[in-house]
Amino acid sequence: MKVRLSYFLLILGFGVFYACSDDSISSGPTPYQLEIPGALKLNFPPPVIPADNPLTEEGVALGRKLFFDPILSADGTQACANCHSPSSGFTDNRQFSPGIDGIVGNRNSMPLFNAAWNFGERFFWDGRSRGLEEQALEPVTNPIEMHNTWVNAMSSLQAHPDYPELFNQAFGTSIIDSSLVTKAIAQFERTLISGNSKFDRYLLDEINLSPAEFRGLNVFMAEEGGDCFHCHGNPANPLWTDNDFHNNGLDSFFTDKGLENVTGNPFDRGKFKTPSLRNLVFTAPYMHDGRFATIDEVLEHYSTGVKVTTTTDPLMQFSFQGGVQMTPEEKSDLKAFLLTLTDSSFITNPAFQAP
Amino acid sequence: MKSLNLLRLALLMLVFGVFFTACDEDMVEDANTKVTFNFTHNFDGANVTANEFNLFDFINEKGDTLSLTKLRYLVSEIRLYKANGDSVLFPFYNLVDVTNSTGLSLTILDVPQDAYTGISFVFGFDSINNISDAYADLNLASWNWPEMLGGGYHFMQMEGKFLEQGEEKPYAYHHGTARVSEGVFEQNYFTADLSGVTLNKANANIEIKMNIAEWYKNPNTWDFSTYSTMLMPNYNAQILMHENGKSVFSLGTVDQTN
Repeated sequence: MKVRLSYFLLILGFGVFYACSDDSISSGPTPYQLEIPGALKLNFPPPVIPADNPLTEEGVALGRKLFFDPILSADGTQACANCHSPSSGFTDNRQFSPGIDGIVGNRNSMPLFNAAWNFGERFFWDGRSRGLEEQALEPVTNPIEMHNTWVNAMSSLQAHPDYPELFNQAFGTSIIDSSLVTKAIAQFERTLISGNSKFDRYLLDEINLSPAEFRGLNVFMAEEGGDCFHCHGNPANPLWTDNDFHNNGLDSFFTDKGLENVTGNPFDRGKFKTPSLRNLVFTAPYMHDGRFATIDEVLEHYSTGVKVTTTTDPLMQFSFQGGVQMTPEEKSDLKAFLLTLTDSSFITNPAFQAP
Repeated sequence: MKSLNLLRLALLMLVFGVFFTACDEDMVEDANTKVTFNFTHNFDGANVTANEFNLFDFINEKGDTLSLTKLRYLVSEIRLYKANGDSVLFPFYNLVDVTNSTGLSLTILDVPQDAYTGISFVFGFDSINNISDAYADLNLASWNWPEMLGGGYHFMQMEGKFLEQGEEKPYAYHHGTARVSEGVFEQNYFTADLSGVTLNKANANIEIKMNIAEWYKNPNTWDFSTYSTMLMPNYNAQILMHENGKSVFSLGTVDQTN
């Protein structure tokens, strides 16, 4: 009987082994099921997932590990998350973020969420990168950021006890290159979805806005009021950005030419990407150069501080009088509305923290 | 090219089905026509593309010098007419974006082969289709028209600058539903009727020309000193746009092949 049982277990074991190994050969990494909150599904397109970089459980997990690992920097001290921290809506709260050599640039670290809906696929404040994968290439070698070389970064990853196997699980090869690194990081970044703010729940008829918040929404949507909606979305576009580029009248003279540096077109001078208004409470300071420390300062700019130049956007329709000239009550209401775009569950989401 | 809401589409297919089954017995089963509409733009004959944007190259009827920085508009409900007055409706909409050179061409396949003598389309959405928040791609394009102004969608966004005593001033010529008073709105779309065409071959390329200058002159001479910004809630401006828009479109080149 013992012998028979042993044979049976042996056959069963082979069967399981055969089934498992066959399955692993044929299926590869496990497709990642992206959970899209209700407010981002209300008459809104699905996100952009490149055909050559589908989301997988293994790829997202690898991207998350890489995002929080300082191994990509030249001296092993700086990770993506140093300047893109979950608690700050995946930016940081400094005007300019120092790289590994303590040198700062002239641009504020951009928040990271809902990037998968950037159909224009232009990233950075000046749109110089096409796609999240291309965007992730630059910080590694930028001398004022991680100041590394990709050859060195890949060498570090290849020599690591875990990464070769993790790349094998995610991409079917343990030979690591920059393309796979950026694909993994981009996969993780596409999972960073924020769609659970008070306003999102209002859109889903789960809660009501306060009178001040509702008045603020009207200020936001009124062309003769704040006129924010032309660039910053509306209740039907819950990204709260048009992902386009505008000169919003910050300066009379430009030390940073923004989009013009990329296109070479002088009519693009001083144009920068419209940031999302989601999670503003976490993402200070504001503007491409982090010049405004508070939301109040931002509102004051649009109210009275707009400068007129050749490239100031015509949508700054009140630029002739310095801005939209909001009353204190309108500013207070508008701020109350903007704070309804705060998604606290996004910054505490366990899936978005360091592994 | 995007479809209008599903119910309309289903009804339309039902109507088409009944029509073709019941009436068109001599129609060859697979004899369909491909029609491509090419949207081109000019300012009193001078070609306008994104390459001409930002330059103060245009002078309107009143004599104001102006530039363009953005031009996008919506067309929907394209209809082909037969000589006997019957028509075939295509329940699509198309956002023409001159700034980004998208939507400049719209191809409709499976057009029932027949002899057509006219074309029309709705500029914007008619009152049935102008449904707030209903179209995902237009929401992504932030094409929405505020609820306080009647909701639905923009029909056109034309922006740029004009010169006033040598000084650059912004204009935002945004067209959509007109607000008569608080809570009272007036539909403001119009239908562009383009007759004088004969379509009777398998493939047709049709140029739809927008003369931008017409927005400023016919029948109302546009005055930037009165109407340049904050025009969305301005009832008078919206009605003037509606009236001037009717002469903006014309047929251009029509190429046909079998």
